[in-house]
Order: sequence, then structure tokens, then C-alpha cells
Amino acid sequence: MLLHSTKQDWLGNIRGDVLAGLVVALALIPEAIAFSIIAGVDPKVGLYASFCIAVITAVVGGRPGMISAATGAMALLMVTLVRQHGLEYLLAATLLTGVIQIVMGYLKLGSLMSFVSRSVVTGFVNALAILIFMAQLPELTNVTWHVYAMTAAGLGVIYLFPYIPVIGKLIPSPLVCILSLTALAIIVGIDVRTVGDMGELPDTLPVFLWPDVDLNFTTLQIIFPYSMALAVVGLLESLMTATIVDDLTDTSSDKNRECKGQGIANIGAGLMGGMAGCAMIGQSVINVKSGGRGRLSTMVAGVVLLIMVVFLNDWVAKIPMAALVAVMIMVSIGTFDWGSVVNIKKHPLSTNIVMIATVVVVVWTHNLAYGVFVGVLLASLFFANKISHFMYAESELDEETSTRTYTFHGQIFFNSSAKFLANFNFKEAVSKVVIDLSRAHFWDITAVHSLDMAVIKFRREGAQVDIIGLNEASETIVDRFGVHDKPEELEKVLGGH
Amino acid sequence: MTSQTQDKSKVKDSSLFSGRVILACLDGSSTSEQVCDYASWMAKAVDRPLKLLHTIEHNHNPAVSDYSGAIGLGSQQELLEELTEVEQSRASLLIKKGQLILNAAKQKALATGVAKVETYQHHGTLAESLIEIEDDIRAMVIGIRGKQHEHQAEGIGHQLESVIRSMHKPILVVNKAFSQPNKTMLAYDGSASCKKALQMIVESPLLQGMPCHVVYVGKNGEALLDEANVVLKNAGVEVTCVQLEGEVDEVLAKYQIENDIELTLMGAFSHNRFRDLLLGSFTAKMLAATNRPLLLLR
Repeated sequence: MLLHSTKQDWLGNIRGDVLAGLVVALALIPEAIAFSIIAGVDPKVGLYASFCIAVITAVVGGRPGMISAATGAMALLMVTLVRQHGLEYLLAATLLTGVIQIVMGYLKLGSLMSFVSRSVVTGFVNALAILIFMAQLPELTNVTWHVYAMTAAGLGVIYLFPYIPVIGKLIPSPLVCILSLTALAIIVGIDVRTVGDMGELPDTLPVFLWPDVDLNFTTLQIIFPYSMALAVVGLLESLMTATIVDDLTDTSSDKNRECKGQGIANIGAGLMGGMAGCAMIGQSVINVKSGGRGRLSTMVAGVVLLIMVVFLNDWVAKIPMAALVAVMIMVSIGTFDWGSVVNIKKHPLSTNIVMIATVVVVVWTHNLAYGVFVGVLLASLFFANKISHFMYAESELDEETSTRTYTFHGQIFFNSSAKFLANFNFKEAVSKVVIDLSRAHFWDITAVHSLDMAVIKFRREGAQVDIIGLNEASETIVDRFGVHDKPEELEKVLGGH
Repeated sequence: MTSQTQDKSKVKDSSLFSGRVILACLDGSSTSEQVCDYASWMAKAVDRPLKLLHTIEHNHNPAVSDYSGAIGLGSQQELLEELTEVEQSRASLLIKKGQLILNAAKQKALATGVAKVETYQHHGTLAESLIEIEDDIRAMVIGIRGKQHEHQAEGIGHQLESVIRSMHKPILVVNKAFSQPNKTMLAYDGSASCKKALQMIVESPLLQGMPCHVVYVGKNGEALLDEANVVLKNAGVEVTCVQLEGEVDEVLAKYQIENDIELTLMGAFSHNRFRDLLLGSFTAKMLAATNRPLLLLR
């Protein structure tokens, strides 16, 4: 099933896919180099990773037309591991990441994405954009004015070149930016930092190599926390990107296959001396925009990237860092979800809080997993709070029999149980209390417990307590609510009883 | 054939005549008119509603492409809007075209005396659309070549095989202008789908009263032919049994012309794709060789 793909997936759009693949390959080179620098490894680690991941996901991925490679989100998680233990441990962690992702794919954990609300996704994307931008700052501090001028000129070329008639839409402007700035630096002889100063570039095709680490429990202890975070963040970004590509192309994709595909790609990258990666939002948008739709586009991007880097490595080494920074600033701006800022006044406060909290936590910790965790948690709490408003009580006193009847409507669970209790007047001296629950739903044990408390309190005050409709109300407590997915079943459980 | 085995095959094949409508697959190519005629004939003969199907195949190949590779603020949203706009105009044009095709066919069918005609449009490939409405179909009619291969004189359309393989209902493949069939030929090899065809000749009001030529190609077919002969004779069908030798598709096509037979029944694609890939599928060869309509049973 992982190898299944239709002829349409590969050959349905040859011209579009090949051209888009070329555009993406050109944009991937600076990104792969920049992300290697973020992670603190040689540029070749990111370039090999981008090649392996792009080529493998082209075959086994679940979303044709999506671009996966070395990414900023993943690079940020590796920084400490690389600094403390070195590259070999990173490669081992990459392998383990792949294994974890495959397991998650088989456990169908991709479906857990449904807990990640729209505002958390927006927060994730915005935080990612901010992190990519922030990662460029070291290149822009303590440098001569030449660097600022070149970066500004680079951005100018990237954004203005597409407006030139005819050729503007034919030649990728990031490529024009890189070529012109490199030419300028060489001709004028400006002394600025270049890619060559950042570490080794690939001079051969990648070769198979087993990470040089001891296979023991200590190694596992070191790499496991990193691999877990990498696996989670990698799948999150991949599944989010897959949804974006689904929306853009009006087609559907297999999310669980994508999880397994990402895992296999990371294992491949780890064995070829590359770092862990995942799907890239910015590059996937560029691919779709350039006309890429099929698996071929991803394959072309990976293969062309490697060919260009291996054969042109002398030239790639001469690219000034300022040109790379300009491209990365573009990627960061393009990744940012501008709509979320424009619509901030229109959205409810709780949505905005979730989004901003996600961004703040990520920027604070440099770990997208924490941000998503906080975002999902907040969104769930807000939801629970909203649902708890759907509960009210009516009460009625029959003076002749000295009977007080409480009739409850709505949802009673951990968050609304205090409100549930607040509806009772324990100080009222009556001889009989009737609690009618036939129009209420008890969702958990907390709700049942607070009912018990109410009954005990009334009895202590000397009243006789009758409860009506408890069985129907507590039918919702069962954990496997999935069996009630037919209209008549739902009506039986949630209806007016 | 003993009555016992006959009963068995009846139980197994009780789904043969399930379904409500006769379906005609139309795409506006030159065969569409012929498909409509044959489907009208079938609908009238079995007294069922005629359903005309047109599918809107989405071409997801991009209409706009921009190789600038630059992304800025809100470019994802802009791209989504741009693509939506292009695809909306494309799809609505296709829907309108399809409605014209369906309306023209509907008028034609009503004019020939079909009592009830329904039309239906569906998004997706033909095979996808058919699978969705398969339960509703009693039998379907499709042209041998669709729009893409309209001007080729030979060969079968590229969707035909996948359609036949994905359906489990009788399929009439049309390759010529309509003329009322008055004789049928059954290409018989004793397989399960051939037994189905035999049953169809006996039971279907469509083929009632038509003489039938049962043809076996190869050696030692006497026993099989006898079997078919008995079944058809018992049912009061006028039978001619023939045993021929040579390349199956050529021999059958030749016999058909010599005896002026308008309609051929046969089992289709009883082997899996892998075997057919190696040995070549007889059904595909027959579809390519004949110039008379084929009624395929799976």
C-alpha cells in the first residue's frame, strides 16, 4: 500500500511537475543550507537530508505534490543535541524519529490531528515563521553595512523581479537574487561571509553509513527525548501542510500513509548522513503555485537539488550569506498566516488567546511541540467552558406537600458540576426534594459525584430525596461513545428521553 | 445440465437482474447517440426507466502557473482564491455542456417511446461515478471509445477496461449505429460468466424470441455445447450450436458477419489484471476485433 500510486500521480502532469520541481529545487538549496546552519551542522547534512526526504516521500508519501525536506521546525529541536553530543547522535536520533513516526502511522495517530484546532494551526505556522526569521538574526548582527545593503537588495529583487513583464513569471526570483548577489560579491570583491565559510558542502553523492554511536541504553536515553519531539513536530507540520495542499488542489490525501512515509524518509535520511526533516509549508505552496501537482514534482525537486549541489559545489560555496538571508526572510514572510492577523478583531477572544499563546510558547521555548501542547490544552479548556454554559435548572415548590422539584436541562460534567450544585437551595426547609434529570446529560464521574453530594446534603437537612431519569441521563458516561453514531441511537441517548 | 446445477446457478446469480434502471453513459462524443439508441431499445424491452449519466472529470492540472517562486504575505490565500476561481469557471462550463448533452439525449429517448427518462451528472471519473450508483443499475450501455479517442477507427477507449472491471452488471458495449438485433451469438467456454450469459438469454425479456448461436472455439467442446443446447432448448430458444477452430477473436468476428448476427454475449475479464498483462486479455482482443455490439457479463 505504501508503494501504491496511480499513473496519474506520476505522469498526469509531466510538464507542470518538472518545471515546478526545478523551481522548488532552486528554493530548497538555500533553505537546506540555512537550516543546517541553524542546527549547527555542515550544510551537506541538510542538503543530503533534503535529497533523501524529497525522493523517498515522492514514492511513499501520502500527499502527492507536497514537498518534504530538511526544515526549520526540526532543525530548531536538534540544536542542543548537536552541541552536546555531535553529529553521530543526530543521525541516530533521526533514525529513531523515523521508527517512531512509522509506529505512529500504524497506530493511526494521524487522526489525533482532529484535536488540533484551526487556531492552534495558525499559531504553529506563525510561530514557525517568526522562528525562521529569528534564526537569520545572527547573520545580521555585528556585520558591516555591506551585509545589510545586500540583504535589502536581495529582498528587493525577490519581490520586485516577478513584476517584470514576461520573464518575471518565468525565472524564479530567489534564483535571480542569489545569482546577482553572488556575482556582485565576486566582481566587486566585497569581503562578506559566504556559504563556504559555514562548513562542508557535498562533493559526492550520499553514501550509506550507519551512525557511529554505541548501541546501548545510554545512547537511547540521550536520543529518545529528541526523537520523540522530532517525530511529533515532524508529523504535525507534515499533516498541516498536507491539509493546506489538499485545500489548494481540491484533492484528498492519505494522512496515515503520510505518517509512515515521513518515517521511512527520515530513516533513509539518517542512513545517508542527513538530518531529520518533514513537510515544508512554504515550499509546498511554491510547488503548487508553480504548477506542481504530482509525485513527479517532489522527485524532480530532490534529484535536481542534489545534482546541482554536487556538481556546482564550488560555486555554491561562493554564495554570500546575505543572499541566503534574503531568501529565508522571504520564506518566513510567506509562511506567516497573514489572514490571522487581519482577522484578529473578527475572531472570538478565546480563539485569539489560543493562537497567541501557541506563538508565545513556541518563540519562548523554540520547541513547536510545547506550543501545540499548550494550544490544544487551552482550546480544550475554552471548549469545556463554553459547553458548561449549556446547563440550567428550573425549580418549583409545591407548598401543600412541601415538595421542591428541581428540573435540570443540559450538560453536566467536571466543569459544570459546581454550577449544578449551586442551583440547589440546601437551606430551604422542605420535607421532600425531587431532582428531575430526564432532560440532563451526565458526562463523567464528577457529575455523578456532585449529585451524590447534593442528595446527602438534602438528607442531612431532613428531606426525602427522589431522583427521576438518572439512568437516561447517565447513559452518556460510557467511554466508547463511538457506538452511538446513528441518528436513532443519538436520539435515544441525547434526545429528550 | 441437471436441474440441480441450474438451480444453484440461479441462486448464485440472483443479482443478475437486480437494479432499477438501464444506464447510458454519455460524453458527447459521436458514439453517445448510438449509446442512447441502444439504451432506449433496452429500456423499452425490459420496461425500465432509462437513466442518462454524464460525468464531469476534474482536470487537476493547473491552469495557472507562476514560476517566480516568491511567496509573500497572504500568498497562500491569494493562490487558493485564484485556483478556486479558475476551477469554478472550468467546472461550471463542463456542467453546462453536460446538461446540453443530457437534454438532447433525453428528448431523443422520449421521442423513441421510452416511458421514463432520468438524467444524472456526477463529479469524478466514469468508473468512480458508476461504482457509486451501481446498485441502482440493472444493465448499462457504453460506447467503445470516448471523446479522447473519438477519431480513431480502431482500439478501445482508455477508460473502458477499468469501467468493465469495476462493474458487476451486464454491460453493452456499442460500436456502431443502432439496428434492432434479431439474432444473438453466445461465445461459450463453460465459465461462470458464460453461465450467467446463458441464464440471461433464457430469462431476460430483452432477448426473448431471438434465435441464439452458441459458439465454442477450440477442440473437444461437444460436452459444453450440449450442456448449453439443453438449457436453451428447454427454455424454448431456437439454438444453433457450432464448434470452430482458430484465433478466438478473429473466428468469432468472422462468424458474426457471415451469419449476420447483431449482438454477441460473452463473459468478460474473468482473470485478474496480472494474468492478462502476461497473456493478453481475450475480452480486450474481442472488443478491438468486432464491429458489432457486445453484451458483457462478469
